[in-house]
Amino acid sequence: MAVNAARDLPKAVAAIAIVALAFLPMAKMPAFYESFIYLIFFWVSLSTSWALLSGFAGYFSLGHAAFFGVGVYATAALTTKFGVPFLMTVPIAAVLAALLAAGIGAVVFRLRRLRGELFALLTLAVTFVIATIILNTPIDGGGGVFMSAVPLPHLMPTQTGTIYILGFAMCVLTLATAWWVAHSRLGLGLFAIHDDEDVAEAKGVPTFRYKIAAFALSAAIAGAVGGIHAMYVGFITVAGTFELTVGLYVVLMSVLGGARHWLGPAIGATAITALLYAFISGGEAIMGRAIVGLILIAAILWLPDGVIPAIQGWLKRRRAAPVTTRAEVVPVVPTTAPQISERSILQVRGVTKRFGGLQALAGVDLDVREGEIFGLVGPNGSGKTTLINVISGFYPLTSGTITLDGAEIGRDPAHEIARRGVARTYQIPRPFVNMTVLDNVALCATFGGPARSQAEIRDEAMHWIGFTGLGGKEDVLPAGLNLHERKFLELARALAARPKLLLLDEVLSGLNPTEIDNAIRLVRAIRAQGATIIFVEHLMRAVVELSDRVAVLNEGKLFALGAPREVMRDPRVVSIYLGKAYAA
Amino acid sequence: MPSATLLGQALISGVLAGGMYGLLALGLSLSWGLLRLVNLSHFALAFLAAYLTYELGTTYHVAPWWAAAMIVPVMFLIGIAQHWLFDKFKVNELASLLITFSFAVILEVAIQLYWTADYRRFETHYSTMSIKAGPFYIPVLELALCMVAGVLAWGTWLWLRKTYVGKALRAAAEDADIAAAYGVDHKKLAYLLSGMGAAYAAIAGTFIALIATLAPTQIWAWLGVVFAVVIIGRLGNPLGALLAGMLIGASESIAMAVFEPAWAPVVSFSVLIAILLWDPEWL
Repeated sequence: MAVNAARDLPKAVAAIAIVALAFLPMAKMPAFYESFIYLIFFWVSLSTSWALLSGFAGYFSLGHAAFFGVGVYATAALTTKFGVPFLMTVPIAAVLAALLAAGIGAVVFRLRRLRGELFALLTLAVTFVIATIILNTPIDGGGGVFMSAVPLPHLMPTQTGTIYILGFAMCVLTLATAWWVAHSRLGLGLFAIHDDEDVAEAKGVPTFRYKIAAFALSAAIAGAVGGIHAMYVGFITVAGTFELTVGLYVVLMSVLGGARHWLGPAIGATAITALLYAFISGGEAIMGRAIVGLILIAAILWLPDGVIPAIQGWLKRRRAAPVTTRAEVVPVVPTTAPQISERSILQVRGVTKRFGGLQALAGVDLDVREGEIFGLVGPNGSGKTTLINVISGFYPLTSGTITLDGAEIGRDPAHEIARRGVARTYQIPRPFVNMTVLDNVALCATFGGPARSQAEIRDEAMHWIGFTGLGGKEDVLPAGLNLHERKFLELARALAARPKLLLLDEVLSGLNPTEIDNAIRLVRAIRAQGATIIFVEHLMRAVVELSDRVAVLNEGKLFALGAPREVMRDPRVVSIYLGKAYAA
Repeated sequence: MPSATLLGQALISGVLAGGMYGLLALGLSLSWGLLRLVNLSHFALAFLAAYLTYELGTTYHVAPWWAAAMIVPVMFLIGIAQHWLFDKFKVNELASLLITFSFAVILEVAIQLYWTADYRRFETHYSTMSIKAGPFYIPVLELALCMVAGVLAWGTWLWLRKTYVGKALRAAAEDADIAAAYGVDHKKLAYLLSGMGAAYAAIAGTFIALIATLAPTQIWAWLGVVFAVVIIGRLGNPLGALLAGMLIGASESIAMAVFEPAWAPVVSFSVLIAILLWDPEWL
C-alpha cells in the first residue's frame, strides 16, 4: 500500500493542481495575475510542442515562430476579415501550421545529408520567408491587425479569465500529448532517431514518416497556441509575431529543463518566464534579459542535459544500485541437428552497387538456403559489408534484384526490410547511446518483431539479454559496457526482432579467444532458434567451424562458393588472400 | 521594368553591400566550418566594435583606422577567451549556438546600458564620397570595405590552402582525434582561429560604424542573411563566403529594383532554400 501511495502521489498532486488552476478565474483575482499565469501556460505549451520533434528526435528547429505565427495570423485573418467565430479558428490555425510543417518536412527530410544545424537554419530561413510574405500581402499588409472587435466567448466571468482558461486547456492538452508521445511507439522511434537515425531505420523505425508526424504535431500545437495568443495580444504585427527571440526562447527553455523529457520544457519555460516577469515588474527588464542570459550559459555548461535529467541522475545515484554479481552465462546449444531446407530464403541476382566511379559490387548472384549458416569472406574492400548494406536496404541498389522468401525487397526502404524479418549487426557496435540496454533491445523487438503488448516486449527483451549473457546489465547505458558486451548487445538487439535472416558483420573481431568461443556457441544457438545466418568474418577458424557453406567475394564479384574446408583450400582463394606465392 | 542604368546601379550597390555580408560571414564560416562552433555572438562583437569606433571617433576624434588598430587586438583576445570556455567545457555545436546566443544578449544589454537604445550615426565625410564610373556611382566606403573583405578572404583562403596550418585545421575539422594522433596541435590552432574570427568581427564592426546607423537591436538584423551566406558559401571556405555575400547582396538589390523593396528578405532565403534542396556536391 505504501508503495502505491508513493506512486500515486504525483498523480494526485497533478489532479488537484489541474482542478485548482481550472477554477482560479472564479476567484476574481486581479487580471494582472491571470495574464501572468497565462504567459506561463503560453510558453510551456510552445516550448513543449517544440520538443516533440526537436527535443525527442534531435532535429533542432529555430523556426518555431513560423508555425506559431501562421497560427496567430490564421486566427487574426479569419476572425477580422471573414467573421469566423474565434473558437473555430483555433483548430484551423493548428491544421494550417501542421500542413506547412508536413510540407517542409516532406521536402527537407528527403535530403540524405541533412545535418542537424542545416535543418536549424533552414527552419530559420522559412520563418523569414513567411514573415515577409504575410507582411507584403493583404493578410497583414504592413499595418498590423486589430483584434479588439472580435467577440470572445464568455467562458469565464472576465475577458482575461476566458483567455486564461483557453491557455490553460491548451497547456494541459500539450503536456498530455507530450506524455503520450514520450510513452508511445512514436516516441520510442523518435528517441532512436535522436541517437542514430541510420540504425533506427535498419531496426524497423519508419524514420521519414515519424519525423514528419512529429514535425506536424509540433507545428499543430504551436499553431493552436498562436491562435489563442492572437486574442491575448490584441494588436498583431509581423515584427512582434515572427520575432527571432520566440524561436530561440523555446529552444533555451526546453534545453534548460531537459528537451528529451516530456516535462523538461515545462520546467524550463516556467522558470524563465517567472524570472523575466520578475525583472520586468521590478522595472529592470533590460538587466533581466542579461541575467537570464547568464543563467542559461551556466545551465548549459554545468547541466548540458537539462534540469530534469540532472535530478533523475542524482536520484538514481542516491538510490545506490544493489551490487549484482553476474555469472557468465553460456548459451545452451540444443543437440538436435540443424534443419537446412533446400528452399532458398534469400536470392540475390545480378546485384551491382556503384559509388560514383567505384564499382563496389559488380553483379553478385547468391542463394542462401533456409536454416543455414552462410559465411561471407574475402579480402578487405571486396564488397562484403557493402553486400550486407545492400541486403538490409541501407544503400539503394544500382541494379539487380534481391528476393526474400519470394518477395522482392531490393527497392524497399530499410525499415520495411527489417519488418520483413531481416536483422543486422554492425561491425563497430552502434547502440542507441541514451537508452539503457533494456530499451535498446526492447526498441528492436517493438519495431522489428510482430506486434505485441508492452509487457510481452519487455519479457522478450529480457530473454535475449539473458541469452547473450548480459543479464544484470539491463539498466546500464551502453557507455558502461565493454567491447565484448557491446558486441553481444548488437546480437541481442538483432535477435529481439525475431529475424528470419540475420546478417552478422564481423561480430568476432576484437574479441579474445574465450569470448570468441562463447560467440561461436551463441551463433549456433541462434541458428537452432530457426534463423538463417549470413556472417561476414575474417577469422578463418570461426568461418570453417560455423559455416555450412562459404562464399568468397573478390573485387565485388562472387569468386568461389562451396563447403568451407574445400573453398578455403582452393589455391585461387589462397592467392587472393595471401598473394600468388603462397598459392602453390 | 527599370532602365538598364538603374539595374546596373542596383547590381553595383548590391555587390558592394554584399561585401558586408561576406565580411561578417567570414569569421562565422571559419569557426563553424573548422571548429564546429556556431558563434551567434559574432554579430554582437561586430556591433561592440562598431560602437567603440563610434565612441572613439565622436568623443576622442580618433580616426577610424586608428580605432580599428586598437580594437582588433582586443577583440582577438576576446575571441581567445571565448574559446577557452568552449574548450574547457567541451562544448558541442548546438550548445555553442545557445551559449553564444546568450553572450549576444548580454552584449546587447551592455551596449544598451552604455549607449542607450537610441539610434546613433557616426558622420564622416567619407560616407558621401563616391567615384563616378560612366553612368554609375561607386560609394568609396563600400568599395574600401569590399577591398578589405577581398584581401582578408583571399589571404585566409591562401593560408588555409597552402600552409601546413590550413591543412592541419582542415584535418582536425574532419577528425580531431586522428589529426592529434598524427601530431596536429589542434588546440593551439583552434585558439588562433577563434581569435581571428573575433578580429574579423572587429574589422567588420569598424565599417558598420562608418556605413550603418547603430542601434542595439540591429545586432540581430543581419543574422538570417549572413547565415544564409555562410551556408551558400560552404562552411569553412573564406572565398566562398565573400562570393556568396556578393551574390546575395546583388540578388537582393536587383529584386528591390525590379519588385518592391519589402520583398528583399525573401530573396536570400529563397536562394538558400533552393540551394539546400538542390544539395550540390560542393555544399
